[in-house]
Amino acid sequence: MSVHDLVAITALGGSEPCVETVGAVTCTEVPGVALASVAARLGQESKAAKALAKLIGSPAPGIGRTSGEALTAFWAGPEQWMVEAPFETHEEIADQATTAMGETASVTEQTDAWTRFDLSGDGIPAVLELLCQLDLRTLDEGSAARCSIHHVGCFVLCRTSRLFSLYGPRASVGTLHHAIITAMRSAL
Amino acid sequence: MIINHPLLGPRDASEFAYLGDASLIDRPDWQAENAAEAFYEYAYLRDNPVGEHRELWFHEAGDRSWLVVTRNTMTHEISKVELARDVARARGRSK
Amino acid sequence: MTQTNRLSGGQIDRNTTLNFRFDNRSYTAHSGDTLASALLANGVRMIGRSFKYHRPRGVLTAGSEEPNGIVELRTGNRKEPNTRATTTEMFDGLEAQSQNRWPSLKYDALAVNDLFSNFLSAGFYYKTFMWPAAFWEKLYEPMIRRAAGLGSLSMEDDPDEYDKGFRHCDLLIIGSGPSGLMAALTAGRAGADVILADEDFALGGRLNSETFTLGDHSASDWAAQAVAELSALPNVRLMPRTTVIGAFDHGVYGAVERTGDHLPTLPAAKPRQILWRIYTKRALLCAGATERPIAFENNDRPGIMMAGALRSYANRFAVTASERVAIFTNNDDGHRTAADMHAKGVKIAAVVDVRDDAPTSHDYEVLRGAQVTDTKGRHGLTFVEVALADGTTRTLDCGALGVSGGWNPNVHLTCHQRGRPAWNEALAAFVPGPDLPVGLSVAGAANGVMSTHGALQSGAEEAAQLLELSGALPDLPKAEDAPVAQKPFWCVEGCKRAWLDQQNDVTVKDVKLSYQEGFRSVEHLKRYTTLGMATDQGKTSNMGGLAIMAEVAGKSIPETGTTIFRPPYTPVPIGTFAGRMRGQEFHPTRLTPSHYWAKERGAVFVEVGNWLRAQWFPLPGETHWRESVDREVRQTRASVGVCDCTTLGKIDVQGTDAAAFLNRIYANGFAKLAVGKTRYGLMLREDGIAMDDGTAGRLAEDHFVVTTTTANAANVYRHMEFVRQCLCPDMDVQLISTTEAWAQYAVAGPNARKLLQKIVDPEFDISNEGFPFMACGNITVCGGLRARLFRISFSGELAFEIAVPARYGDALMRRLMTEGEEFAVVPYGTEALGVMRIEKGHAAGNELNGTTTALNLGMGRMVSKKKDSIGSTLSEREALNEPDALRMVGIKPVDADHKITAGGHLMNTEGPVDAAHDQGYVTSAAYSPSLNSSIGLGFLKNGGNRLGEQMRLVSPVTDLTVEVEIVSAHFVDPEGERVRA
Repeated sequence: MSVHDLVAITALGGSEPCVETVGAVTCTEVPGVALASVAARLGQESKAAKALAKLIGSPAPGIGRTSGEALTAFWAGPEQWMVEAPFETHEEIADQATTAMGETASVTEQTDAWTRFDLSGDGIPAVLELLCQLDLRTLDEGSAARCSIHHVGCFVLCRTSRLFSLYGPRASVGTLHHAIITAMRSAL
Repeated sequence: MIINHPLLGPRDASEFAYLGDASLIDRPDWQAENAAEAFYEYAYLRDNPVGEHRELWFHEAGDRSWLVVTRNTMTHEISKVELARDVARARGRSK
Repeated sequence: MTQTNRLSGGQIDRNTTLNFRFDNRSYTAHSGDTLASALLANGVRMIGRSFKYHRPRGVLTAGSEEPNGIVELRTGNRKEPNTRATTTEMFDGLEAQSQNRWPSLKYDALAVNDLFSNFLSAGFYYKTFMWPAAFWEKLYEPMIRRAAGLGSLSMEDDPDEYDKGFRHCDLLIIGSGPSGLMAALTAGRAGADVILADEDFALGGRLNSETFTLGDHSASDWAAQAVAELSALPNVRLMPRTTVIGAFDHGVYGAVERTGDHLPTLPAAKPRQILWRIYTKRALLCAGATERPIAFENNDRPGIMMAGALRSYANRFAVTASERVAIFTNNDDGHRTAADMHAKGVKIAAVVDVRDDAPTSHDYEVLRGAQVTDTKGRHGLTFVEVALADGTTRTLDCGALGVSGGWNPNVHLTCHQRGRPAWNEALAAFVPGPDLPVGLSVAGAANGVMSTHGALQSGAEEAAQLLELSGALPDLPKAEDAPVAQKPFWCVEGCKRAWLDQQNDVTVKDVKLSYQEGFRSVEHLKRYTTLGMATDQGKTSNMGGLAIMAEVAGKSIPETGTTIFRPPYTPVPIGTFAGRMRGQEFHPTRLTPSHYWAKERGAVFVEVGNWLRAQWFPLPGETHWRESVDREVRQTRASVGVCDCTTLGKIDVQGTDAAAFLNRIYANGFAKLAVGKTRYGLMLREDGIAMDDGTAGRLAEDHFVVTTTTANAANVYRHMEFVRQCLCPDMDVQLISTTEAWAQYAVAGPNARKLLQKIVDPEFDISNEGFPFMACGNITVCGGLRARLFRISFSGELAFEIAVPARYGDALMRRLMTEGEEFAVVPYGTEALGVMRIEKGHAAGNELNGTTTALNLGMGRMVSKKKDSIGSTLSEREALNEPDALRMVGIKPVDADHKITAGGHLMNTEGPVDAAHDQGYVTSAAYSPSLNSSIGLGFLKNGGNRLGEQMRLVSPVTDLTVEVEIVSAHFVDPEGERVRA
């Protein structure tokens, strides 16, 4: 673990994550997550899936799915996954994933490429239908889908029917957060 | 428009970026005797069919797959959607 | 004023009284009224003036097909012109103004146009305002617009919010009349996900306007029960106040939900309207039918309305337009209006039926075989003249006349993908043709099924068929099932000033004239006369115009053809299409990791693509941007400066074939680049033109980090994926964008290393020997934070780019500033960055402008001939390699006080100044504080051999002529000693 003395700020520029509640839905900025992308090397696809399964203690997620518990992974593209881990304990998830994947995959640190917002509570679909084109009927527990929210490319993950995670690119987070809060105020 | 992504199912066309004729996959051999002529045709000349057209779309707001979409230019009917990588392999680009 | 024309019954809430104002007079209405029904209830028949002749006009219909009853709704910045009073749901405090009149509705100055109608006939504009052409813009058009406009705009920003949304379903049902409700019940009970949309605020369609029964219930009660059942089904979503405006490719439907138009004021943060994109494989159009008029002399007076509309006002809104009403019809439906109104206590002057065998009545007089030949009443109908079957004339005393020429199926949406309606002889009407949008079916009156029983049955059947339901259909309530036949009767013989299109003031005479003048196609007729244009899109007028045209041509209507409909079904405010994408929200904004710090420093920001970048950092006392920028440049070159360059695209390229892949996308070679080294790379398009440039650093044998220019990041990534997936599908290479993951800062200037040595952890040697020019590697900073260091320079100084995870970027920038105090470190923005790169002669977007080759850029030799790279073959084309091809050069004014202007062209000192003698052009220009002179970069024919030559820099557009000297593009440190220091 590093012992440097630089202080992080959240993507929205705060020292603490931003939390906002409208009606029965709460939107929480989640900086406490470390990310690494894992892309299988050519011809190593099944070995990579096995190595990933070992890393997250759960089968590698299929198309449009998430899996895992302490460490989770979600499908990001053909033979490509994103691994999520608690930032506190896994800030250097990319190094850990590189070791775990060995020669089977290319690993890239993505922790600060993305910012996560969690939507929790009742009535989330009414908010999401103002934000993205996804067929929410098919977005069941354990789904992961990439989509565009106000021209910002995002991942939408359904953890449970009352908890969704939205990942958006860190630099566009102001636009994304504004869009989410505006939709919450409009729909709820 | 809706493009039926081979992996992800129906997705709105606004998630995709359009490139053009799928013949762009058939990039000529740079060492061929007629390479200059072949590259000229490859870069500049396209068929402009009435009816079925095979074209390249990129799932920009999705999984970043390039797709070959067979679309009828008269009706917009999309009769086939393939992963461009599979098409490229089938057309002998594995070298 | 009291509501003198209110009848008994209706579906209004008499317990709720609402106040509203029309043309600055106060009235009352009830909840459930429309503006039109409320005005009629208050005895207001005249609502506006017509488009061309400024004739008094009233309400014609009770729906969205309304051509006449259009007003300016609300006031101030919420004013909305051309709003149909017939669909405007009443709310307390509503304010509306009549349109197209001055000084008042009753005394209108331009009503004089009516007297000169002979001069304002078909094609009037085309014939009159022909020449001189210059008069169009300055005189004719403004004049015509003032005279012929509809409502006026507020000229202020729309203060309301609009949303866009996306919904998916198994079946979209458009229209909630008997067929729509029955379809929704059928599909909803079967468990399908159903959306039922209707433009009206009350679901039920025509059932709310009729007195017949469905089973044991009145029509409106049955509708209310059906709606109650549907709203209890979790799989059914009811969307009243929602107009489906278009049927688009592959089962995408546009719908506008008016969530706030019926409210006096919008609740905070709530949208006025939502533009829904509804995705469904199957849709059922149950849009019903629109009643069509009959043309007769002076048929446009206030009080003359569609018979079905009179019935709607009486039955649903409990309103009559007058206490004495006459009917003019060619079909049985007109008689239904007479019977219903009679039952409500309205005096029926007579039913004038063109048919000799028309049904008779005990309650009122029916004039068989008779026709209305003229009307009287300047500001509203007073008398109707009728030619009786026996040749005599009779005058009827009445204040309202209900007209029915039959009903046209509402085929609008069936045409949205070029489908042409088909002629149905039995109905004498167009019905949906065979080429429907894929997945769309039509039921009920919209499909020509005119009886209520037929509508219920076809709704159930079509829904079941679309969803492939097995099993019995739901039981249908017993409903009227009279056969409907419609005999065409379009206009009374001999009529001239008989209006077909009341919105555009097109008469029977105009259509005949246009035919005489040679307009044979219906499309030409439409454009020449303007029939069927404007806000109502000819919903009540197209059919009549077409019929008259067919008659004068001696052809049948199907032979004459028909125009088709395009989206939107009814007008949509521009704000609804914009949604939230307005002003600052028009596109996403991307902020750099040092943004909050830069804002604190008072930086001036500039939009670069979607990014906001610091342009310069003014200090107190600096009054002109040049002061700040010159200081930033001088200070950087004298000591050290820091610039946020996070915005450059960064793409991670990994895999065993990563080097081979870079060899393919870059014109120059990368295979031999050592690990720990960075190289400049030039990317070409396949046609040999430069696409983008940047650097690629090799972090490991199988791992590169590629940078792109800020503007091209997305395009380059897309291109690289194209090469990977489509051209080299079996290369082992993986790509991922890491642009936002790392905060990356350029630290430039002679003291750059000294500053960085205070931050980089001591185990990393960044001396010139340990970390030479173009080195790169993973390091740690500030006691162990992972970071990347690249020794690359855009400024021409000793420089590094240092990257840390973005969350630490703010802290790193602050640290660089405090640690740099001893060197008087200066933050610099994009402006100083631009000045320094011009001084150094580095090409940027202005030079990589989509027309220039590697040769033009002075990098011709970089294009490797030993490998296959994108664009290399076509870059060898003869025409791109002529001896006098453009070359990048530097440009300096001969007189240091003169300015170099980007965009100016280079001409020889002697000779003409014209395109034929053009020698080149300037792409970038700046004031160089290092040279104390304006300088520029540009392209000059054979430029490499013309250094030292004097030329003229000209811009004929701005009368610019400056004597300049051609110099090397490398104004500063041409030998590159500083970058290697």
